[in-house]
Amino acid sequence: MRIAILALQGAFAEHEKTLSRLGVESFEIRQLRDLDRPLDGLIIPGGESTVQGKLMDDLGLTEPVRRLIESGLPVWGTCAGLLLLARRIANDVRTHLATMDVTAVRNAYGRQLGSFSTRGSFAGIPDVPMTFIRAPYIAQAGAGVRVLATADDRIVAAREANQLVTAFHPELGDDLTVHRYFLDMVCKQVAR
Amino acid sequence: MTQVQSADDTPTQHANRYELNKNLAQMLKGGVIMDVTTPEQARIAEDAGACAVMALERIPADIRAAGGVSRMSDPKMIKGMQEAVSIPVMAKCRIGHFVEAQILQAIDIDFIDESEVLSPADDTYHIDKTRFDVPFVCGARNLGEALRRIQEGAAMIRTKGEPGTGDVVQAVTHMRAMQSEIRRVAGMAQDELYEAAKQLEVPYGLVKYVHDNGKLPVVNFAAGGVATPADAALMMQLGAEGVFVGSGIFKSGNPAKRAAAIVKAVTNYTDAKMLAELSEDLGEAMVGINAQEIELLMAERGV
Repeated sequence: MRIAILALQGAFAEHEKTLSRLGVESFEIRQLRDLDRPLDGLIIPGGESTVQGKLMDDLGLTEPVRRLIESGLPVWGTCAGLLLLARRIANDVRTHLATMDVTAVRNAYGRQLGSFSTRGSFAGIPDVPMTFIRAPYIAQAGAGVRVLATADDRIVAAREANQLVTAFHPELGDDLTVHRYFLDMVCKQVAR
Repeated sequence: MTQVQSADDTPTQHANRYELNKNLAQMLKGGVIMDVTTPEQARIAEDAGACAVMALERIPADIRAAGGVSRMSDPKMIKGMQEAVSIPVMAKCRIGHFVEAQILQAIDIDFIDESEVLSPADDTYHIDKTRFDVPFVCGARNLGEALRRIQEGAAMIRTKGEPGTGDVVQAVTHMRAMQSEIRRVAGMAQDELYEAAKQLEVPYGLVKYVHDNGKLPVVNFAAGGVATPADAALMMQLGAEGVFVGSGIFKSGNPAKRAAAIVKAVTNYTDAKMLAELSEDLGEAMVGINAQEIELLMAERGV
């Protein structure tokens, strides 16, 4: 199993480190030719969604990545990654890959003083640590979207078929729950 | 759950706030933070792919040219930037001027740069950054300075470089010094770390962290004199985790194009072919002054 990590900007190294702790091979996508390598899943990391979105456009990555997702490639977006995958952003006219049927709210908790950490249930697994950094949340999810976690009644993790999003950052801590969940998605897809 | 915690809260909450602040710096990695002086410039920077902007009344080159005492920017101006863009907005306070920092925190700033670019307010003490809820970034010329600022509560470090010059030589010197000292500490025997802590004038715990991890405990950016995509890529290859660009963009011929090129250069900093393309046709670069031609070395402020 080989996981690609979009490495244009943000906390991609943290995902690489977490995957290597789980014994999973990963590689970075920094430009179009990196997509030529075989991949079983894709992680879009935290960072600034405007930066990653613009670089994806400028480097010609947006369309090829969208096609991969639409053809069933398992993808996981954390924070900025959630915004890149969201079909609608309530407080921004810009959308990016727009493959997932959710409406996200950018900087939904305000500026850095609104950043926080908490613990909660993720996909039925209790007490998972969740770190939110100038985070978005999901204001509205389409019919085919399954809510995996909420915090203060707001949707902070969800899944639609091969697409997983978390508004929080599992790659920042030691907890491996969400990475394991995503790898399980990838395994099931590979087996098909 | 999301309420702002004050410095009086429990040590656990405080440690948590520091973690969240270091985490924000992690989200900025691989990005370019640009100095801007108007909301219009802030929008140009955001559209070009800046991962954050530094709101300033004057860019360092103009501060240098104007002389006199340079202070924190007008909060109203900073608020204008906060309304103009969706990316994090940073602002500078003078070294040791904890009231300027309190003011910046009060207007909900995302990051405070306790900066040698402004006139120092205190020639002995830096701000006790552990008493604040917002994150701080501080300049450093070497490992000792970096670790002292981290002990004071900095959530991010940048090289000092020599701001406002368009000359990258000092940033290179500082980044090389830092990386070389990190490698030296990483290779030390356990019992040599106590002496290293003494020589660096920093707590043993921080030296131990550097020894065990081969890196600073916080994100480390390059700053000072970066003017071209090649400069930015040079700093990344030397070990920077991202780049601040000050005067280099809005003192050049085509700021939007140069800014976008520097952003791409930071992402693909090892691809010389792409760097060549990015370096084409950028218009006039910031003229700059050589670091040895200037009388005021800002990097010597606050050590």
